[in-house]
Amino acid sequence: MSGEIFYAAAGMGRKVQARALVASDGFSARYDLDRIRGVFSRPEHKLAGESYRDRVLVLDAAKGGVATAWMLYEMASRGVMPAALVLNRVNPIMVQGAALADFTMISGFDVDITKAIPASVEVEIDPNAEPPFIHVL
Amino acid sequence: MRAGASGPLRQWAIAHQIKVGDYLGARDFVPVGQAHIMADTESLGAAGVEWLERWARLPADERTVRIPTITDPRGTDFAQAARLKQQRWMLDLERRAIAAFEALGVLMTDTCINYQTIMPPVRGEHMAYGDTGVVIYSNSVCGARSNFEGGPSALSAGLTGRTPRYGYHLDERRMATLLVELAWTPRELSDWGALGGVVGRLAGDYWQVPALVGLERVPSADEMKHFGAALASFGSVALFHMIGVTPEAMRLEDVVPGGVSLKTHDVGEADIRALQARYAKDIAAVDVVVFSAPQLSLVEMQMLAAMLEGRHAAIPLLAVTSPQVKPDCDRMGLTARIEGAGGTVLSGMCFYQSYAREIAEANGWSRLATNSAKLTNILGGYGYRPVLLSMERCVSAACAGGKLT
Repeated sequence: MSGEIFYAAAGMGRKVQARALVASDGFSARYDLDRIRGVFSRPEHKLAGESYRDRVLVLDAAKGGVATAWMLYEMASRGVMPAALVLNRVNPIMVQGAALADFTMISGFDVDITKAIPASVEVEIDPNAEPPFIHVL
Repeated sequence: MRAGASGPLRQWAIAHQIKVGDYLGARDFVPVGQAHIMADTESLGAAGVEWLERWARLPADERTVRIPTITDPRGTDFAQAARLKQQRWMLDLERRAIAAFEALGVLMTDTCINYQTIMPPVRGEHMAYGDTGVVIYSNSVCGARSNFEGGPSALSAGLTGRTPRYGYHLDERRMATLLVELAWTPRELSDWGALGGVVGRLAGDYWQVPALVGLERVPSADEMKHFGAALASFGSVALFHMIGVTPEAMRLEDVVPGGVSLKTHDVGEADIRALQARYAKDIAAVDVVVFSAPQLSLVEMQMLAAMLEGRHAAIPLLAVTSPQVKPDCDRMGLTARIEGAGGTVLSGMCFYQSYAREIAEANGWSRLATNSAKLTNILGGYGYRPVLLSMERCVSAACAGGKLT
């Protein structure tokens, strides 16, 4: 698995390297997170109780409402936020929020990225490469 | 604008829109008629408010929106903040955000039911709406065209008068992607919301457009409101069709081109009951009853007042409506009837956007009954144990000291 590269359809933000946190579940800052403590808080979420701080979140799809567009910026201001977000599918809110917060995000793969990336591995993301990619280190 | 000739705020706005549009494959922009901004201070935080205040200090011609730009509910009703035990810093932050938006020329409508109370969009009209419930109702029931526009993007649209043309601004994105065959037509508003939850889970993401067949009657505006809000909440869905009901789907072939075979799901009463039952598990009593998300229409407020007639809520019962509906409720005596029966009428806020975690801790609330499937879906993340009941059962629970019957 080490050394594998998965290419995305789109990306934004800066190049990052961090440990992955992987689940076949969605992502919404409003619905899923305790943003003060920096943990997944919705009991039904597959990452409930896990800290997302400085992790590369590898998840299925952006979910929920429009609040994430502001919340990523607010999370970034306090430094309690993921290192990056890697999604099979985005919705516009995630893109808008990442654009405001200058947050690293890539999305759209030929494979189910939540099955392709092993839990807790170190990964590198380059959102500005052509095409953007996630690299398992 | 892009070079800064219209000032730094509009320069930021167009750059933001280009960045978003590039990511999502927009080829150009489309002019929009209105913008609707979701920007409660629980989402904004101090950082977001300071960001707005920086722009609000610009000269008027550089900071003022160019199209009608309205707001989603705020994070408090100042008249009832003490009753909710909200803290002073929350109210101070709200006041600062409001002052900043007013300086930008934004109309502080503070509502998520603007399609019922302000100016409903027209079929084919392009919009930049925030609040997922507003978008899905406007797209589906009114035939308007909007994507989910988060606060920064809705503000950008207000400032530039346009938005990137992707997603539901495009004809090809508005076709159905899955079929839902209904064997049962909901009756209660909570059942319509639960149906939205079931279909939302089947759809699964923003780019799916469910088409429903088999409804036995045309839903009311409030039923559509609860169904759409839950569908958007559970599934992140922005557009649905009801064949023979919604304007773009008079016939199935209007949204499913000939030769296209779509995955079909059968949904019946058992699916709706199963979703409701999952929330009710192991909850025998609740601490608070909340009617919110979306804000209540005048008709819902009348229903609630009638159900409370001759009864008294023995635990907190909160009814949240819009600043447009509240004066009518006051004038027509509905507020007095609800509050005379022990309820509290709140205006211009939304329960989950009003520091839901902090007010739960301050008031000792954990178990909550509501008839809003959307609220049920959201509040788990804020530490609540929500249960989805009909309005009548919520009222009965409130009048029985929280005990569920």
